[in-house]
Amino acid sequence: MASTSIAPVVPQSTSSGGPGRGRKTGTAYLFLAPFLILFCVFVLAPAVYGIWISLHTWNPLLPVHPFSGFDNYVDLFTPGSLTFGDFWQSMAATGIFTVCSVPFLLVIPLLIAVMLNQKIKGSTIFRGIFFAPYVLGVAVIGVIWKYLLDPQLGVVNHVLEAIGLPSRIPWTVDVPWAWVSLVGVTVWWTMGFNTVILLAGLKGINAELYDAASVDGAGAMRKFFSVTLPGLRPVMAFVTTVTILASANMFGQSYLLTNGRPGNTTRSAIMYIADQGLAQNQMGAAAAMSYVLFAFLAVISVVNFRLQREKTE
Amino acid sequence: MTVNAESTVARNTALPSEAPLDEPRGGRRRKQGGKARIWLYVALILTGLVIIVPLIWIFLTSFKTDYNAINQPANPIPNPFTFDAYQTLLSSGQQPIFRWFFNSLAAATLQTVIILVTASMGAYALARLEFAGKKIVFGAIISTLLVPPVIFLIPNYLIVQNLGWLDSIWAITIPGAAGAFGIFFLRQFFVGLPGEIEEAARIDGAGDIRIFLQIVLPLSRPAIATLAVLSFLTNWNDFLWPIYVLLSPENLTLQPGLSVLQGAYSTHFGIVMAGAVIASVPVLILFTLAQRQIVDSVASSGLKG
Repeated sequence: MASTSIAPVVPQSTSSGGPGRGRKTGTAYLFLAPFLILFCVFVLAPAVYGIWISLHTWNPLLPVHPFSGFDNYVDLFTPGSLTFGDFWQSMAATGIFTVCSVPFLLVIPLLIAVMLNQKIKGSTIFRGIFFAPYVLGVAVIGVIWKYLLDPQLGVVNHVLEAIGLPSRIPWTVDVPWAWVSLVGVTVWWTMGFNTVILLAGLKGINAELYDAASVDGAGAMRKFFSVTLPGLRPVMAFVTTVTILASANMFGQSYLLTNGRPGNTTRSAIMYIADQGLAQNQMGAAAAMSYVLFAFLAVISVVNFRLQREKTE
Repeated sequence: MTVNAESTVARNTALPSEAPLDEPRGGRRRKQGGKARIWLYVALILTGLVIIVPLIWIFLTSFKTDYNAINQPANPIPNPFTFDAYQTLLSSGQQPIFRWFFNSLAAATLQTVIILVTASMGAYALARLEFAGKKIVFGAIISTLLVPPVIFLIPNYLIVQNLGWLDSIWAITIPGAAGAFGIFFLRQFFVGLPGEIEEAARIDGAGDIRIFLQIVLPLSRPAIATLAVLSFLTNWNDFLWPIYVLLSPENLTLQPGLSVLQGAYSTHFGIVMAGAVIASVPVLILFTLAQRQIVDSVASSGLKG
């Protein structure tokens, strides 16, 4: 994803030094120092420290954190252990959410981007409106939809009742409705982000390809599938990866909208890890979980990247 | 974009069979395209309403009386129109929203400043200087763009605790400023700057500090402004980290504060919605002012592949 999509941007010119462009190692590190100090302390060190924590039974309230080897990891894969059931339930919740939300977050923004790509009046205004919810924080999104979707006192059920539709829908307290709410709210919140990226991708497709397709007698559908979609493939790969990762990191929606209900069915992996580590004082186990989640995401990213590349070849 | 491509897609999404292919730009096309065009506008306006009606509804709800907010959910109009919810919020000792607002403002501003200073300096080295270990440093920085933030949650909590920063503004500004995005974003921009002015300045004897301050930074104003806006928004909206590292009610920022409000006022929705409005207005104003920078920077993020 980011690194792979980034590489081609690096221009060749910078590495070939012009006059006065000798090596300036000292100067360069002076310029880099403020950033690198922060980066080492809060990015590199914790990445390693996290592994260290995960190899211990780490309760921050106790003075000693006994070394436990891979026990925290083994527990996560041992049915019947303290964490096994809850952890995999939360991983399943994240999985369900990701599988349900990603298709909508790709298809709806694609359709809107195609519409916005016409010469229409006010397209900038539409684009701004569609993007607007994305600038609001997840806490705002969470509390406003908690109200709108409240089963007893919420706006949505009362409006449904007023127009004579089924109106006792347990939006935030029972499945499958809780999933509908989590996915729907997330689509409402973030679709503008994907729309904007896809729209830029559409504008980058060479118009001559459409002319050539017309000359060959291709119809509108044909053009969409043989010019638009292939032309959009690199951008689509980027959007797909970013969307999968964002969905897999879902936290605030579950935390505020459903609070994991019913039971812990909609408690996401991040919500469980944060709770275990920072509220239940099981830091070793929580750190191990975060690395297992990371491993899952890494595998998904690699598979996704491979698939996208195969299609391109 | 050409008219041809545009009309193709228009037909495809709105009325696939309506307009024939390769129609000239004449009146007939305009007429037939007009029908498809109406459907296009209908679809866009409906989508826009789905996005914007909930926001307006929330805004109006915040001006309802407590009774109406609870008992008239299907009627969006606040009648009577009151500031009760805001008054309750602002006079609450337990949930000092005024304080939260300034905490959020201070944290977002401080983090933005730290990011702008550290990232622009570092990006200058990465983009404009040759030095030993450059590939390793750059590689280390961009490889962390791929790491999910949850990895840092537990260890950074302990690091921040050991530094004595829990429950302080440092906890919610310094670790977040270490992210790779800012330096990466500015490096991409600095790399694209023309080298000629810089070379001329060097011949005149200018050093790196002068070139950085007097040439690179002024030329990069748009990129720096964009990064400032994005950094401010990110910090203002941060939720997961502050709910765990901020402990006392008076030190909270608005986002974790909203979660507290939701717990404290559960069904007094008007008051919670007033809180949501207070937390949203600054970013919506910022978005309105900097819409082009925000949207353009997002738009170009996908084009790098």
